[in-house]
Amino acid sequence: MKSVIGIGVIAWCLGYCVMGGLAAEAQMNVPPSSQLEQALVDLSSETEGTRDQAVRLLIEQGDAALLPRLEELRANADRSLRMAIKPVADAWRHRMNLASPDADTRRSAATDLGTSGRPAAIPWLEAAAVNESHRWVRYAMEESALLLHLASDNPTVKQQAASKLGDMRSQNAVPALKELVQAGSEATASEPQKTLAQAATIAIERIESWNVWSSAIETLFRGISLSSILLIMSLGLAIVFGLMGVINMAHGELMMIGAYATFVIQECFKLYFPESWFDSYYLAALPASFLAAALFGLILEATVIRFLYGRPLETMLATWGVSLILIQGARMYFGDLTAITAPSWLNGGAQVLVGVFLPFNRLFIIGLSILSVIGIYALLFRSSIGLRVRAVTQNRSMSACLGIPTRKVDAYTFAFGSGLAGIAGWALTLVGNVEPGLGQNYIVDSFMVVVTGGVGKLAGTIIASLGIGGLNKLMEPSLGAVYGKVLILVLVILFLQRRPSGLFAVKGRHAEG
Amino acid sequence: MPPQPSAERHEGTMFWIVGFVLLFVLPVLNVLPTEDSWLHVSDFALNRFGKFLAFAILALGLDLIWGYAGILSLGQGVFFGIGAYCMGMHLMLTIGSQSVYGSALPDFMVWNQVTELPFFWKPFYSFSAAVLAGLLAPACFALIFGFLAFRSRIRGVYFAIITQALALMAWLVFNRNETNLGGTNGLTDFKTILGFRLSAPGTQLALYVITVLCLGGAYALCRWVIASRAGRVLIAIRDSEQRVLFSGYSPANYKLFVFVVSAALAGLAGILYVPQVGIITPAQMGVLPSLEMVVWVAVGGRATLVGAIVGAVGVNLGRSILTNSFPELWPFFLGGLFVVVVLLFPDGVMGVAKQVRGKLAARAVRLPKSSAVEGEQV
Repeated sequence: MKSVIGIGVIAWCLGYCVMGGLAAEAQMNVPPSSQLEQALVDLSSETEGTRDQAVRLLIEQGDAALLPRLEELRANADRSLRMAIKPVADAWRHRMNLASPDADTRRSAATDLGTSGRPAAIPWLEAAAVNESHRWVRYAMEESALLLHLASDNPTVKQQAASKLGDMRSQNAVPALKELVQAGSEATASEPQKTLAQAATIAIERIESWNVWSSAIETLFRGISLSSILLIMSLGLAIVFGLMGVINMAHGELMMIGAYATFVIQECFKLYFPESWFDSYYLAALPASFLAAALFGLILEATVIRFLYGRPLETMLATWGVSLILIQGARMYFGDLTAITAPSWLNGGAQVLVGVFLPFNRLFIIGLSILSVIGIYALLFRSSIGLRVRAVTQNRSMSACLGIPTRKVDAYTFAFGSGLAGIAGWALTLVGNVEPGLGQNYIVDSFMVVVTGGVGKLAGTIIASLGIGGLNKLMEPSLGAVYGKVLILVLVILFLQRRPSGLFAVKGRHAEG
Repeated sequence: MPPQPSAERHEGTMFWIVGFVLLFVLPVLNVLPTEDSWLHVSDFALNRFGKFLAFAILALGLDLIWGYAGILSLGQGVFFGIGAYCMGMHLMLTIGSQSVYGSALPDFMVWNQVTELPFFWKPFYSFSAAVLAGLLAPACFALIFGFLAFRSRIRGVYFAIITQALALMAWLVFNRNETNLGGTNGLTDFKTILGFRLSAPGTQLALYVITVLCLGGAYALCRWVIASRAGRVLIAIRDSEQRVLFSGYSPANYKLFVFVVSAALAGLAGILYVPQVGIITPAQMGVLPSLEMVVWVAVGGRATLVGAIVGAVGVNLGRSILTNSFPELWPFFLGGLFVVVVLLFPDGVMGVAKQVRGKLAARAVRLPKSSAVEGEQV
């Protein structure tokens, strides 16, 4: 029985090919241009059949060179004609775009062709895929070609396409595959339909199991990205806390100053420099935001904090007063919302796996946080300034006895910590608006990082920010952002039960200040 | 710094004088003189003053833990909010079917398509249960939170940050609609309390008097706590927790006790606040309000109970004047107040008053000796 069907199928295929060949030959006899001319005229025909045939012919035979002609037709067309023209023009344009020098254009053309349902596009896509050098554009082309195969009349081709789509973990194929499964599960389904449904089910399973992985990877990435923002923020806070025992509640506002410095530099570039330089404003804003925040930190230290030495709670309150003033000042001067245009080289993202897309700005922030950690490590542990900072952190009076100018170390470290906050603000402009309340969004989290990490230990800060940022994003999908945060607070409190002075406590005589 | 006997006596006299003014003079001035008399205290002014005095109760509790025991809690707003929501829930339920939608359920539940009263709302039909919950719920919460925090010796800056995080969490949770606490809009549109119409001046006057009595009670309680042996230990903990620990006391238990007392006082303030103001929203219990409460105590003067009251009333009075005329400047003022008080007047208004008194006393002593240099001395 099966062999009979098999033979039947082969015979049918052969017949189809021969007929196709014959048809092509027949068309070859007629000069193509005149045939196309005829089709263009037929587009305006009243009969639906003629019109559809013309559309099909134009898509198969025509190319983008004829686009002006179509535009001409469309200029004074009625609705039905416009409806007829659109698929033709789209198909031509997409076909032309498949060879575009821009990868994104090529990719979107391929995706659009895949959803158009025009089998004529299969050879275009397959031809383009062979020469394609970009991995993910090639993926899109192959995927689209297979999607079109899925709509073909040949069960073998369909089955192959389904299993290949499963191999490719193609997300876009899921709806079409589900339809096949649906068709196969109906009582009237034929034998090939059933086998096809089986193949489709397997493909869907493979795609969906991959989805679990890819979403896990993306969650992880988001967690790392949030962690690195927290890390850049907390580093400055933690160093100052370790050195001076001071929690700077205005740290978030120093960050805001960094963000506004970036904004001001952007505006300056808009006003005074040629437009081609605009993208480099972002780099110019890095030192600006660091210096602006560091300067502010220096002023804050000199006018408020140094008078409160040894009174950490009072320092918290006074710096909170400063933060209120800064927020309101920014609100009155800059208004409520100012947006930054990210430089073009940070737009878009990189696709690393099927369905896993990493935006450049997040990658940039992760890279920046790694660089910051390395820089701070080098400064603290490989320079003479760092040696002094560590000495004062460990034992202030002994360091003073040995001739280390502790006041100066305090002031410069505070300024440096503030500058780091400025850099954090600079980086934050990539992922959010610049607004007066900018610092408040992350500040409580970064306090928690410092408390969990322990005093004056770089490693503690890194691990705590990874943990808190990661947990935040990990619990967001199931618990929601709010309850996730509540749970983190509970976890931090429980964690402090076991380690009251954070992950890496200072042991020994200095432990109890 | 234990209070001097003379200062205590002084404060005792002050207590009765101020109590007399608040309890009798102001209400009498509200009721007796005609509306246009300059002596007349308007209903509005009295009501607003009642609100300030409710805050003063909270400030007393905060002063108890911060000024005397050295524990800075940046989460007092949470306890205040819990107390206020307990009372608010009761008042919400007494609206009954007089609400906009005519349903027995509070209006916001109708909006949110809640069909049945959530179980935790049910006890609040009873007034006494609501008041009890308003006192006990913050206290229990403080007991659990404080137990965990003090047991593991979280203190100082660490404790302040953890409590601040607590305030943020509470704010986030109370803002959610699915917690059935009215979301961002909070609880409002109250009609009656114990059958009396809240909009009637008589009801408000009674609430004011009750607030004054509660404030007096809270003051006496705090006074008693400080004067007790436990109070001495608390002050010792503030000055050196290590030594207290090594002397064989358990600082955690004392701190827990005083933390719970302050939470209950904050809850009481919330209970009294809601009927007088007529609304409670999460915005009153977040990070910023909780910090503002600390400003009251700092401005008034830490470790003086009178200072807490003076600060709470004074800052709020300033706030209501400033936000009326220059709403944009209030944050500058508040922030500046904080910096200035912490930097220049660490003992607040009471500290300044004490200095002035000291100067006057010194001058009085010196006066007979040489009257020529009096102006330049000290």
